[in-house]
Amino acid sequence: MPLVKNGKISGDAFVHVADDAEIPGEGAILISSARFLDDPETLLRRGGKTGVIWPNNRNVDDLVPYLGRLAVIGLVFPTFRDGRAYSQARLLRERHLYRGELRATGQVLRDQFVFMLRAGFDAFEVKKASDADAFTLTAKRYSVFYQPTGDGRITALHQRMQQRHSESAGQ
Amino acid sequence: MTSPLEQKKIRIAGPSIVTANRTWDGIVIYRTAQRGWSADLSDAAIVRTSDEARALLAESVADDVSAVGAYIAPVEVKGGGQIKPGNLREHIRSEGVTIDLPVPA
Amino acid sequence: MYAYDELDRTLINERVSEFRDQVKRRLSGELTEDEFKMLRLQNGVYLQLHAYMFRVAIPYGTLSSKQLRRLAHVARRYDRGYGHFTTRQNIQFNWIKLAELPDALSDLAEVGIHAMQTSGNNTRNVTSDQWAGVAPDEVEDPRIWSELLRQYTTLHPEFSFLPRKFKFAITASAHDRAAIKVHDIGLRLHKNSEGETGFEVLVGGGLGRTPFIGKTIKPFVAGRDLLSYVETILRVYNQYGRRDNIYKARIKILVHELGIEKFAKEVEDEWRQMRDNSALTLDNAVVEEIRSRFTYPTYEKLPHMPEESKKAAHDPHFEAWRKNSVAPHKVQGYAIVTLSLKPVGGPPGDATADQMDAIADLADKYSFGEIRVGHEQNLALPHVARRDLPALWRALDKIGVATPNVNLVSDIIACPGLDYCSLANARSIPIAQELTRRFANHDTANLIGRLHINISGCINACGHHHVGHIGILGVEKNGEEFYQITIGGRADENAEVGTLIGPAVPYGEVADVIEDIVEAYLALRARPDELFIDTVKRLGVEPFRERVYATR
Repeated sequence: MPLVKNGKISGDAFVHVADDAEIPGEGAILISSARFLDDPETLLRRGGKTGVIWPNNRNVDDLVPYLGRLAVIGLVFPTFRDGRAYSQARLLRERHLYRGELRATGQVLRDQFVFMLRAGFDAFEVKKASDADAFTLTAKRYSVFYQPTGDGRITALHQRMQQRHSESAGQ
Repeated sequence: MTSPLEQKKIRIAGPSIVTANRTWDGIVIYRTAQRGWSADLSDAAIVRTSDEARALLAESVADDVSAVGAYIAPVEVKGGGQIKPGNLREHIRSEGVTIDLPVPA
Repeated sequence: MYAYDELDRTLINERVSEFRDQVKRRLSGELTEDEFKMLRLQNGVYLQLHAYMFRVAIPYGTLSSKQLRRLAHVARRYDRGYGHFTTRQNIQFNWIKLAELPDALSDLAEVGIHAMQTSGNNTRNVTSDQWAGVAPDEVEDPRIWSELLRQYTTLHPEFSFLPRKFKFAITASAHDRAAIKVHDIGLRLHKNSEGETGFEVLVGGGLGRTPFIGKTIKPFVAGRDLLSYVETILRVYNQYGRRDNIYKARIKILVHELGIEKFAKEVEDEWRQMRDNSALTLDNAVVEEIRSRFTYPTYEKLPHMPEESKKAAHDPHFEAWRKNSVAPHKVQGYAIVTLSLKPVGGPPGDATADQMDAIADLADKYSFGEIRVGHEQNLALPHVARRDLPALWRALDKIGVATPNVNLVSDIIACPGLDYCSLANARSIPIAQELTRRFANHDTANLIGRLHINISGCINACGHHHVGHIGILGVEKNGEEFYQITIGGRADENAEVGTLIGPAVPYGEVADVIEDIVEAYLALRARPDELFIDTVKRLGVEPFRERVYATR
């Protein structure tokens, strides 16, 4: 399953570690939320980066105390039709100002890339290789956006108002 | 005519067929015995046991490119082997709407 | 009329090109139906009994003549020459081919029409009063706010995969013509005691399997806070709405299970963290920007009672139509004209491509090029000078949209039913047709007075039968079509769900039962002007039940 990060297919520095497997002393790991919350301080003191996969039916508030020290947060789309992770992503980025990698996992398909980018995801465990190949093209599919999110893109309405303002300023 | 889209357990009460809609244009089609589809009800493969029905449906559903929304529907088989729709819903799918279209076809 | 500019058109075109690519990948097999279905639904494409059905958005029910002509073109070029106007102010085409849809969408995009989010688990068409902008009793034009909401909700990245569909409606009049109380979010625009414009926000209304009347979550949200407040409700719903059972997934179930107080508190807690988010605040400049893109007619100064009206009053047919289909306008000398799409014996809410073209021409001539679509499946011309009424009437009559039955017993709202819809248990259109024949006599219909009959072919209630004065619901019994009858429902500011009168009756008896109910009403009403719905309220269901089931 290819990882797309910062718009490109890249190798995954992080290893998914199952709940019953031993945690390596070094190296970047991704573990489940249950395992992480069992002993977060010890895990964060490891000699390697730690990331957590957060379920889509759990409030992200529980993760807030650790945001500054987590390298990756993986949110879950159990099916692409289950959109809870979009809310979680926006809350992490826009309310809690999380700056680490925000990774989309689960059924990640190309027709949702733009929504995911706008919600704040910057890494994607893409299900199909062909979708990963098409990432850059797909991400450019839309140039007009009606509503603001934390992605900084200007909305159509504000674009119009700016144009109108600069038109009248130029008179 | 409870929507067969709500079918969960597959159990047939009599002779049945598998029907669907053709993906590219949506017309009504029937699964044939030659692992294909036909717009003509008389070409439909008839199944008479629940196991047969399940198998025919499974192979139909697997043909995802050609057909959409496959399900099992009842038919009546007349004396001479002629196949007729087995309920009002299938009658409408086979013959068309029961009302006059606003613009004659 | 809201004027789309280059930005709006670019968005629509980008959407069309995305869907063209998705259709291509579906037909090649790169996308399975499981992956494609939600994508096509988000572009208004259903699979029905015979064919795909294509639902095109008509935002808050407003169309230009140019747009109506283009709908006629789509009906001719890609369908079977007609379209069906729906209970959510949209239009549906029943015979469309998936492979041709991108082209149809492209043709529509040229005139600023799209099908974004007319289906799927997202936010649907924001519907409003079909008399918006011209109704004498409105506070201000609710379409400004409908457009603000439309833009805000279109392709919203956070809310495109909700637990289930989500519907908004806005009214700006005390008399609610938009049925806000049976929507997921209903908004009543009004001014508070300080003269500020804002909204009473209702939540959790809806029909279907479990009908609910919406509850007020906040009596006044200032206009500037509308979007941040709506975002909060949507976010709470997105996170906590049920996803395990599609029949319990609407927000009305969440509100019901939590209780309105607890739900309101969840929303308030979340909103407190959001409301200072300046990105969503609608300050005056923003509202004025949208308002400035709405164009309004330059009305003439006209007399209230022009010569033409006085002369035509001698014609009893014209007068019958005028008294029935012409409503007062906020500008003197003008009128709002309703075009009945409920001809005797016809399928309710349908219009042929020829009719659409003719209506577009009449709109240009008599209504400043504007047409409205109502949720009761009729059309309206909102800006008609009274002096033009006689000439307009003759023209409307010629094309068959001047049946003087608006709001009367034969002005039936019906879903497509089993003739078209794969969800249906029973047919609805033939029932409606027979009823229009039974009640074809205009004198009889006028004697009966205002009476809304709503027919749904299944419990999904697309015909809004729960809130019909008389509601008819198709069910299935042993492979036969049966119908449950309810009475006493209403969709307006006094919204109420109807009451079942007794066991379901077979297809062949429905029209007789309705006649019995009407006869009972005529015998029982306190005065000729006591409406059916008021007689039911006064007397309850029992006298009607007795009458209907005495011999059955």
